[in-house]
Amino acid sequence: MPDLVTRRPQGLYCEPGDFYIDPWLPVARAVITHAHADHCRPGHAAYLGQHDGLGLMRARLGDEAVLEGLAYGDSRRIGDVSVSLHPAGHVLGSAQVRIEHRGEVWVVAGDYFVSGAGDCNTTCAPFEPVRCDVFVTESTFGLPIYRWAPQTEVLGDMRAWWADCAAQGRHALLMGYSLGKAQRLIAGLATADAPGPVLVHGAVARLNAAYREAGVALPDVATVTPETRFKTLRGALVIAPPAVQGSRWAKAIGPHSDAFASGWMRLRGARRRRGVDRGFVFSDHADWPGLLSAIADTGARRVIVTHGDEGTLVRYLTELGLQADAFATEYGDETHGGAETTET
Amino acid sequence: MKRFVALYLAIDASTSTLAKVAALKRYLADAPARDAAWAVYLLAGGTPRRAVPTGELRALACEAASLPEWLFEAGYAVTGDLAEAIAYVLPDPEDRLDEPLVDWMEQRILPLRALDAAARREAVLAAWRGLSADERFMFVKLVGGGFRVGVSKLLVQRALAEWSGADAAGIAQRMMGYTQIDTPPTAERFQALLAEDASGTRGGQPYPFFLAHALTAEPATLGDRSDWLAEWKYDGIRAQVVKREGQVWIWSRGEELVTERFPEVALTASTWPDGTVVDGELLAWHPGEGEPAPFALLQKRIGRTKLSKAILAQAPVRLLAYDLLESEGMDRRQEPLHMRRTRLEALGLATSPLLDAGAWPGLAAAREGSRERRVEGLMLKHRDSAYGIGRTVGAWWKWKVAPLSVDAVLIYAQAGHGRRANLYTDYSFAVWSRAPRDAAEAEAALDAPGGELALVPFAKAYSGLTDEEIKGVDRVVRKTTVEKFGPVRRVRPSMVFELGFEGIQASTRHKSGIAVRFPRMLRIRDDKPLHEADTLATLQQLMEVGANAGEDVGDE
Repeated sequence: MPDLVTRRPQGLYCEPGDFYIDPWLPVARAVITHAHADHCRPGHAAYLGQHDGLGLMRARLGDEAVLEGLAYGDSRRIGDVSVSLHPAGHVLGSAQVRIEHRGEVWVVAGDYFVSGAGDCNTTCAPFEPVRCDVFVTESTFGLPIYRWAPQTEVLGDMRAWWADCAAQGRHALLMGYSLGKAQRLIAGLATADAPGPVLVHGAVARLNAAYREAGVALPDVATVTPETRFKTLRGALVIAPPAVQGSRWAKAIGPHSDAFASGWMRLRGARRRRGVDRGFVFSDHADWPGLLSAIADTGARRVIVTHGDEGTLVRYLTELGLQADAFATEYGDETHGGAETTET
Repeated sequence: MKRFVALYLAIDASTSTLAKVAALKRYLADAPARDAAWAVYLLAGGTPRRAVPTGELRALACEAASLPEWLFEAGYAVTGDLAEAIAYVLPDPEDRLDEPLVDWMEQRILPLRALDAAARREAVLAAWRGLSADERFMFVKLVGGGFRVGVSKLLVQRALAEWSGADAAGIAQRMMGYTQIDTPPTAERFQALLAEDASGTRGGQPYPFFLAHALTAEPATLGDRSDWLAEWKYDGIRAQVVKREGQVWIWSRGEELVTERFPEVALTASTWPDGTVVDGELLAWHPGEGEPAPFALLQKRIGRTKLSKAILAQAPVRLLAYDLLESEGMDRRQEPLHMRRTRLEALGLATSPLLDAGAWPGLAAAREGSRERRVEGLMLKHRDSAYGIGRTVGAWWKWKVAPLSVDAVLIYAQAGHGRRANLYTDYSFAVWSRAPRDAAEAEAALDAPGGELALVPFAKAYSGLTDEEIKGVDRVVRKTTVEKFGPVRRVRPSMVFELGFEGIQASTRHKSGIAVRFPRMLRIRDDKPLHEADTLATLQQLMEVGANAGEDVGDE
């Protein structure tokens, strides 16, 4: 049987279903794993995405885009194949795409969060392993140096830093991607016994609204506006996208310490390059043990590795006795703390 | 060790001097003296000997993390730091070893060297099982002999002074020799750093060296020639020789005690009066010769602790004195130089002669003869200058003969051919885009390439080293390889070479904008830290003087 999913110049293509998954060039029908910009691009004639993420997709694609939603677990016939979406735990509405054709099952996971420490993303449906014959996996953090500490521990470190700032009469500016990361930070840090108030950047606030509409119970947080008077606040934590670093917006906060939350902060070099006071290792992607356990849990006999450290993971899986190869994709563009501009 | 790791992380995370000093002061306020003794030792530049070979550490990390070697190496390549790679790949700790820094150093780390491989393996694995990732990072740095931190000795002294209320200059002086290898710091030694001299007994304690600046302007800008004392700038090892209480101590500029390495110098100094401290140059010098032997001969003595009769005869060393810091037990450093000089000459030691050329042009002419005399040029010292601490601009100048040579950093190596096959013999060299402020800034630039401070490649060279030297360089190249492209290896820069060349000119073909003619290695500068390698500006300056020199030398 020919491969159910192949790489075409436009993106990953399912021939018997005649659709693409997260294509990077315009196509007639796109199935979208999640709403981050490198996976959900404008210009396709028709989109199918997970139901909870439709609001996020709409915000990115505009009113004209033709969107269709599918709930987790429901299946849909497209061409000759049956398609269903399953939680990936990466951001709101993130989905693994399960494709079944004449008894063979492929799963294209998109980006997903599974941690060796056993954590789940509590701001969206947590990752669920799906049994399949062929598993297409990301490998953003596909090296054994990437092992995430339990998230309570990392959140505890963030809180201690924040409390320290508050004690010194400073605010704390915590930067992280506005879609997905920011919501996890809010859920983990805006607790009743927090050292001070939590404020968010306008971009984060808009995405929070989409989360709440989808039924995610995020704590209430204030939005920073031109009227916000930081001088009247004590020990505030400001959550904002990385782009604010060094901007006038950030200066308006007044005396503050800044920090960045990302899996890339694992690397000392990346931390130093960032030039922030603190780098917290906090990712929405699978770490190395997470990748391996996710792969094992699918029971797949063959694994195809996409964006990240394809070569390393392919070789390792081959040594484990699996059939493994790679697809060159155009998701993300970051390698080990390089570009950090895409939302990962 | 937890507290020390927190201090390290605070220093490492910050670029602010103020924040670093504050973190140091917080640490000093909390830590027991036994711990603080070690912390100050490590932060002020003390480096314990490598207790575990890095190859062994890698193998143990692969074993503990159940990783194939290639996979570990892939992670190492991304971190670019062995300690970091090991810290992150190991499985989570099983228990918590919360022991003070002093116990880690003295009970666990230093004894590793004496263990056999099997016992060492057990000890390292046990340590890893009990440490968090950050602590493992520190542990590997300490046992691997690669501990470095982004703080200068001066900053540590400042923090000690602010915290204790003691005078910083006094701390600087008492800290001389504190970071010596193989002399573990104790609570007593730490407390002695802070104690003002009350007892009057100073043992072999030297004074901080006073340093000169390179003179780039015309000497006439220094004013009247008669205000300056001129001496040859010798190409040897700077040293301070202390004679007190019937005993002699010889200190290198790196604050290492090297008395045993120069027995003939120690013997001569043993005849000096007690309470004498002399600053001078150690030179290989055959009796009866008019000038010193080439530096290469002295190099045979460096690093050698076992001295055979043959080597002592082949490379005899003498001290050429140029300053007197203490006489009759009195600190003379605040006296004007000409007075110290008079006292020095009265002692009857071999003393670096003063040049008597009366005016600047005469001196300049004398300087032209530097190469023949095997000296680097001239030293100009203000006759009224005190012997200060560290680098003070304006009092002492080194006026080197315009050299067609630079100190460059090895960045790539390629295997040779034929007899040299499989040996890394062909090297690419770089200079800094500008002078790094200190070692920490240089290392940070290597850690994060692409910044404004960078190493700029400018020359390739493959001749000038002996086979022995090539073997040594080859070992370092293999050990520090970061990346391989075909036959070429990119290394983590660690070696500085003095590169000589016959001509230098502007070039559009080279990234540096400079091409040098007939580059070759003059010597390995083991004594030169990376951040003191030369800069693009040095090359550009040479280009101005080098244009002529190149013609003089000709093309043969």
